[in-house]
This record gives sequence, C-alpha cells and structure tokens, in this order.
Amino acid sequence: MLDVRSCASLSEASGILLGDRHARLVGGGTLVMRDVNEGRLTEGTLVRVVDPVFRQMNAGGPRIELGAGVTMAMVLASRELAFLHPAARGIGGPAIRTMATIGGNLFADTPYGDFTVALLALDAQIVVQAGYGSGRAMPLEEFLAARERGGQGLVTGVQFARPQNASEFHFRKVARVKPKGISVLSIAAHLPLSGGRVAQARVAYGAMAPTPIRARGVERALEGKALDAGAIQAAKQAALEGCRPATDAIASEWYRREVMPVHLGRLLAGDGR
Amino acid sequence: MLEMRKDIFADERDDNLNVIGKGLQRQDMPGHVTGRTRYFDDHAFDGMLHLKVVRSPHAHARIRSIDIAAAQRAPGVKRVLRGADVPVNKNTLLSLINFGKDDEPSLAVDKVSYKGEPVVAIIADSEAAALAARQLVRIDYDLLPNVFDVEEALKPGAPVVNETYPGNYFEYHQRYDHQKLRFGDVEKAFAQADMVLEHRYQMSPIEHAPTETNGSIAAPEQNGRFVVHSCAQGLFFALGTAAKIVDVESNRLHFIGGTVGGGFGGKVDALTEPLAVLGAMLTGKPVRFVLDREEEMLYGSPRGAERIYVKDGLMRDGRIVARSIRSYFDAGAYTRLSSYAAIKCTAHLPGPYWIPNVASDVYVAYTNRCPSTAMRGFGVTAVDFALEVQMDRLAEAANLDPMEFRVLNAYRDGDMKAHRRVAKNTALIECVQVVAEKANWPLSEQAKRQSSLTGGVGERALIPATPLDQRGQIGRPDTRNAPSSQVLPAGTARIPLSKQPVMEGDRDGRAKPTQVPRYESAQPIAALPPYQPAQTSNPPAPAYQPPPAYQPSPPPPAPPPAAPAQTQHGAVRFSSVFGTRRR
Amino acid sequence: MAKIPVQFRLNGSDRAAFVDAPETLLNTLRRGLGDFAPKYGCGQGTCGVCTVLVDGEPQLACLTLSVACEGREIETASGMADGPDLHPLQAAFMDHFAAQCGFCTPGMLTAARALLAKNPNPSRDEVVEGISGNICRCTGYEPIIAAILAAASAPGARRA
Repeated sequence: MLDVRSCASLSEASGILLGDRHARLVGGGTLVMRDVNEGRLTEGTLVRVVDPVFRQMNAGGPRIELGAGVTMAMVLASRELAFLHPAARGIGGPAIRTMATIGGNLFADTPYGDFTVALLALDAQIVVQAGYGSGRAMPLEEFLAARERGGQGLVTGVQFARPQNASEFHFRKVARVKPKGISVLSIAAHLPLSGGRVAQARVAYGAMAPTPIRARGVERALEGKALDAGAIQAAKQAALEGCRPATDAIASEWYRREVMPVHLGRLLAGDGR
Repeated sequence: MLEMRKDIFADERDDNLNVIGKGLQRQDMPGHVTGRTRYFDDHAFDGMLHLKVVRSPHAHARIRSIDIAAAQRAPGVKRVLRGADVPVNKNTLLSLINFGKDDEPSLAVDKVSYKGEPVVAIIADSEAAALAARQLVRIDYDLLPNVFDVEEALKPGAPVVNETYPGNYFEYHQRYDHQKLRFGDVEKAFAQADMVLEHRYQMSPIEHAPTETNGSIAAPEQNGRFVVHSCAQGLFFALGTAAKIVDVESNRLHFIGGTVGGGFGGKVDALTEPLAVLGAMLTGKPVRFVLDREEEMLYGSPRGAERIYVKDGLMRDGRIVARSIRSYFDAGAYTRLSSYAAIKCTAHLPGPYWIPNVASDVYVAYTNRCPSTAMRGFGVTAVDFALEVQMDRLAEAANLDPMEFRVLNAYRDGDMKAHRRVAKNTALIECVQVVAEKANWPLSEQAKRQSSLTGGVGERALIPATPLDQRGQIGRPDTRNAPSSQVLPAGTARIPLSKQPVMEGDRDGRAKPTQVPRYESAQPIAALPPYQPAQTSNPPAPAYQPPPAYQPSPPPPAPPPAAPAQTQHGAVRFSSVFGTRRR
Repeated sequence: MAKIPVQFRLNGSDRAAFVDAPETLLNTLRRGLGDFAPKYGCGQGTCGVCTVLVDGEPQLACLTLSVACEGREIETASGMADGPDLHPLQAAFMDHFAAQCGFCTPGMLTAARALLAKNPNPSRDEVVEGISGNICRCTGYEPIIAAILAAASAPGARRA
C-alpha cells in the first residue's frame, strides 16, 4: 500500500527520496495522483513538502528564483513574471493551474511540460538537493537529458536571469482544441537584440523530442542577424534540426515536422496567429 | 432559434402541437444545478467492494495459464473471478431478441481476441487494493497472428478472430456472409451509363467519451433480489443481459438507472453489470465496477470503423441510373451491435434518392480490435457521409449545382424504394429548399417549385426485373463472386415473413428454425400502379432538362383520414427491428 | 494500514473523516462524507467534473490528497444554494438550458464561481478561459457561456 509522508523541511524530503527507491515526490498531484488513480503506483511512499521555502518566489530582481512548489497560478498572479504568463496560462484550466507546480512540469512527459520549454529558452538552472546537503545548480538541459534515469534527489527550485526586455521573450503553444488543449508542439524563444541584431538567441521546443529540447540550428541561423525575412527563412530551414517528435493521440510525427517550421516562422515574424 | 415551419406538409400534421418552439423548463434541471441528481455512482453502501478486471495486453493470443494465487492472498481481496466462475460465460447482446449466436465471454477462457479483453476480475474492499492485486495476477499467453483490416479478415486463410464465426463474418439468415440488396440490374445500367464513378471511403473508430465512465453498483436486497444502479442507456437490455449471464430469473434483479452521465451509444453494451451482479451474489456484499478513464477510452467499445465502396452510373443530364455499394463494418472481435448496424445500413441505401438500379453487399467483419457498438446513428452516419461526398462528386461530374443535383434525384412520395417499399413522408426536396434559403444559396425557380408530394409516379413506382445471385453463400466459397443465377421478373415483391420472430443461429441449445426470405412469383402487388410489360428491363427515362421538367401536378392526394384519437400525432412508421411504432 | 483523521470545513460546516493515506479528496467527499456533487470523470485532471474550491481556489478533487486538506475550507456545488434560494449561477444555468446530461454541471458551476469571484465582469474570452478545464460532452459550450455571462451581470452575482 501507499504511504504519505509530509515533510516540514526540504532536507527531510530529499533524505527520504534518496533513501527510498519507492518514494516519489508529490507536488501539485497532477502527474503522480494520476498514476495512483489508474493503478500504476500502488506501493511506496508519496512525499509531500510543506516547507514554505518550497513555494517561495524571488522575482523582483534581475536574477529570478522560484521554488519548485510554486504553482502556475502563483506565476500568473505575479506582475513581475508577466513575460511568463503566456506559458503559465497554457497549462491546463484554472483548477490545474492552482495545483500544477514548476517542479512538476520539469518531470512531465512529452507532449506535456510546456512551462519547461519556456524555462529552457531562459537558460534556467535547476537547483537539486541530494540528501541532507545543500542544493547544487545544474543547467536545465543537462537535467532534462538525465531525467529519464531518475534518482537525482529533490528539485527545490529554478533560477534564471530576467530578460532585459520582456518583448524579446516569445512563447507559443499549438493545440488542436480551442482555447487550449494538449500540445501539438510548443515554442519558446528568447531573442535579445543588440544593435538590431540577435545576440545569444535561445530557442526551445516542446513535444518535438522525448523531452523539451533546444533548437540549436535555429539559434545558429539567427545569431548576429536582424529578424528579417531572410533570417526567418534560414531559421525555418534549420527548424527541424535535432527533432525526434513522437506520433501520439494529439498529432503524428509527420504532422509535427510539417507544422513546426510554419509556427516557428509565425513566431519569429511576430504574427499573432 | 427554433422555428416551426407550419407551411410545409401542413396537411399531413395535426396543427395542435403546442410545445415545440417554447422554452419549457426540464424537470431534471433543478437536480443538475444543485448537484443533487443521482447518477449510478452517487449511492452509498456500507461495506461496498470494488471490482477491477485484468485485461489482455495482446490483440490475439491463446491463454496458456492463469495464476491467481498471489492475487487471492493480497490484502483486502475478497474474491478473484475467472471465466469458469461465470454461469453463462458466452453471450451476444442481441440474443435478447434472438438475433445472432452467443460469441463473447464475460471473462476470456482459452484465448483473447483483442487488446483489453477482460480475463480475470478482482473484488477487493477498496479500489486501491483491487488495483494492487491486479498486478499480482500471472497470465501466460501464446501469441497468435492477428488481423486488423476488414478486407484482409475476409480473405481465405486469415487468422480466425472469433471461433463462433470462423469465416470472420457475421452470418445472416444462416445463409449469407453479408446483407444483400438487389433492385434492378446495376451491371446493365453501368454499361449504359454515360459515366461510372467509383470511390472508396474509410471511416475511423470513434470513442463516445462520455464524461461519466461506464459502471454499475450491484447490492443484495431483501428476498434474494439484487438492486443494480446502472449507467445503462437501455436499462432493461442491461437487466436481461445480466440475468442471462449470471443465470437468474430477471425478476430477481432490480435495475435503477435512466440518469446517464453521457452515453451516445456507448452505454448499451452492459459492460459492467453482469460481473457486478455476479460479484454481489458471490460475496453477499455491494459490488461496484466502474471503468477508469483509460479503460473507457481504450476498451469501452467505439463506433465501428467502416470501409465503403460506392459505384455510381451517371447520365450527363444528372440522373443517377445505378448505384452499387460494397461496405465492410469493422465489428472488432465480437458482434455486439454490428450485425444490426449492417441491417440499418442496408435499409438506408441508396440514400434519400430514387435510383432505378441498386445493389449492395454489406459485410460485418471480425478483426482483432476492440468490439464496436452503437453510436449516434451507427450504420447510417458513415454511409451517409460516403454517399453525400459521392453526391458532390457526381454533381461535379455532371456539371450541376450540388443542391439542384439533390433535388433532381431526391425521393418523392410514391417512389418505389430499393427495398420494395413505397416511399412515404419524403422531405429531402423541402429540406434542400429551406437550407438553400437559409444559406442564401441560389436555387433555380424550377427547383424551388419542386415538391416531395408529387412526381413519384410511372416508372418510379415500379419494381424492375432483378437478376439474383448466390454470392456469399455460407459453406460455398465458390459463390463469393457468383454471377447472377436467376432473374426475378419486374413487379416481384417480397413476401412478408410470418409474424414469428426470425430465429437466427442457436442460443442455449434452443431450436433454430431457419427462415430465408422467399419471393412471390411475378405478380404485381395490389398497391402498385398497373403492371406494364417492360419493353426493356431498363426503360429509358423521360428526357431531362435540368432542372427537372415540372409536370403539372395531379390533384394532391386526399389528406389521410383523421386520426382515430385526438391524442395521436404523426405518421405510423415501421421499424425493421422494433416493428410498428408511432413517432 | 491505519486510517488518518482529517478535519476541514465543507460548505460551511466542520466535517471530519478517517482516510487512507493516499486517498483523494474526491473519494473522501463522496464515499466518506456523502457529498456526491463532485464527480469522477477521468482521475487524471482532464475533465474538470470533480472541480471544488479549496480556500476559494479551484482544484481538482481527484488529484488532491485528503491529508493535504487538513484545516482547509472546501466548497462544492452542493453548497452553492442558500437553502431554497439558488445561487445566481445556478439560476442562470437553469434559464439558459446550460446542462443536458448534467454530469459536468457541478464542476462547471464551481469553475464559474471561482471565475466570478476573481473577475465579476468577465469578457466572453475570459469566461471561455475560466471553464477551459471543464469538459461538457453533450450540450456544447454556448449555453454554458451564455449562462455565466448572464449571471455575471445579474444582481447578487458577486455573492461568493
């Protein structure tokens, strides 16, 4: 049978997670409780964190720190995080957003996990606490690559630099249901302009590989260019580099490959569609 | 938004309808908005047990062994059921109306025929305990070759999906591997047509996805009876099915339902009631069996996929002179309601159009897919899609406006339908006229003047000479492509079958009288216009100038005699399965 | 395994239940406390028929651990009417024929209530967003949207 442990501190929780192979952290419950309800998770320990640090937000300055237990609703309630509102609003309906956490989104299997796509385009660092020690930061991309292997301890938060100019951060989720549904794909792009030219572009995709991925071909195509028709065309041509989309109930691999360059082109062109 | 068009068919209807078009509050609405409406699952029982089934992970496999020992010992488990525990472990839904052979077990015994087929049922004192014990059941399988395509399934040598029907087709009248319709001579008409167009239409299975998943709760009552709260759309269907499978008289079951959280056809299969009742009988406790969402989506039966070939003979002036249909219903692994769907499909052909030569062969094929079932017009919806897409293609080929094209070919009262019944209460022309008006679609003055009430006369009211073939006779594979063997002379009508139910196949060892439709000799039936010796079996139709030449209408038919009682409205219609009913 | 006591307020009354450790709030409300307004539809957060308010915020009871509700304020569709007086949303749902089978209605009402509590005069798009986590499989959404918009402009709509 399943047990539930409520932990008053992060170190207590990470200690349990490290010591018990059958322990799973439950944040908002939107991933783990589904497995419980459908009988895939019947043994072990569900670990809850009630430490207020887990839900702490530090969003005022140039370096933003969000606890892993921060919910999508909390992001939407923060004016300082307005540039992340499109990504947060793309997660479920209001009830899901009251529950779903940033930390949980990092573990959501494709085609879910759209908020993580936004974090990837922000070059976010993940803070992981293994055992009772203090946390250490690792690049999100590295974390995602290692995610399937599991056993990394407790994700306590994410950190990233605030975009200098919020209008240089773009997010788009493409679904077949209006106003929203599960992702056909999602795209996040941070395109800082320096002297009218893109510098240090970061573009990330959701649902185009087993985890959210960086679109390095697109980043290269845009680097040092003005966002004109030629650059956008070059980016579209490089759009599918590194993509390994799946065929699932939402879309086929073929369809995802077909429409990704189209949506990328619209995002880069500032087309509202 | 509702509009009552009293100008159309005014003489066919009592004009005392006083509800349509008015906003009347529904009596169940207060319950819905206050959360007090009780669905099947909204009932509390002390000591209720929960039933979960172990499903096959394979589409087609022989069961080598089932080991339930560990599951039986698991905490909270009260009882584990296998096929041998089910009193009558083979059923077909329509056996309640003596239609089809029992072909589907409640719990699979020696083989599984689709992914998700239930094999073992676990009854425990909580859902969590039942789910945990489910993982302890060990079933060894030997994989069998499978077939997922309807036409592949019908080929010789295809894997046998359902041993009750070893040819992978439902057997009609114990004689044919399909539903057959013959009216006139399509081959001859194709040869004489200006154009022949054939297209293939492939549908997908569709899950009903009701917000409330399938489920039921069965609980012991007093006097050896059981109360069953059920999601069933057909409550007495579920009752009869449960009574048969658990082998009790139906008066020992007290079914309560009718409040359904979305059905759309997906709650007629009695997916949970029999095992819930059996569980309650064996444990003496209330037993709840509810599908979870994943089960509902994957293993709740869907609308069956259909593959439809439509071949039409078309004249340049827009008349359709022949229509031939070959259609395959994907029943999945078991019959459920697909046998009925093919009958509905055949009864619907060739669509709401008068066509002088019609032939159709509609097959129900078994594949290693989840069994399919009823869904909103099943049997008709898909073929209608195919036919209407085909109609647009024909209109384009004839260079005619698609709306005018439909008016030209529409049924009119008095037309002889391909089923040798006279068309009555036809209304396609009026529907097209109203739709065109609403959509600001330009319709010619002549098309606007057409009426369903007139024009169904002359050649249109006759039964043409009809070649018959022996195609698809069961036990005679050589007849699959048999040529015509006999010609029914023009005017030959079918003799109505006797009032006794048609017994098809055997059920529980009962007698199985065989009744094959017979045809009366070549005599005109009384209700038809005088029989005219045909110059050819396919007389040339009067020249057509699009839109159709409007003939001076004969005096309108006398209004039908007043209904005997003031309370009766509308026309009496005939249903092929349920007999005469009033609608 | 030992049961765990949980206390919370349900529709304004103090209630207590003994629950299994991984038990969901949905099971506790329905099987433990007899409030059948929240329904089971999917158990995976996609349908919204189990939507309840926890401390005024919409949550899905099928994904919420009961032990996490200790001391919280839970509200369901059962508690919306004030005795015989329907909540303006309930009245508007009746007037606009905003239910067919009725199964999604309690969750839909609760989602609408959460929306109007935050945003008493929502635009049509905001209403659509507000019920975007709730699936209605039969009526279509138009009458529901119309009902919520009508309730928003009705007197007394701000009543929580």
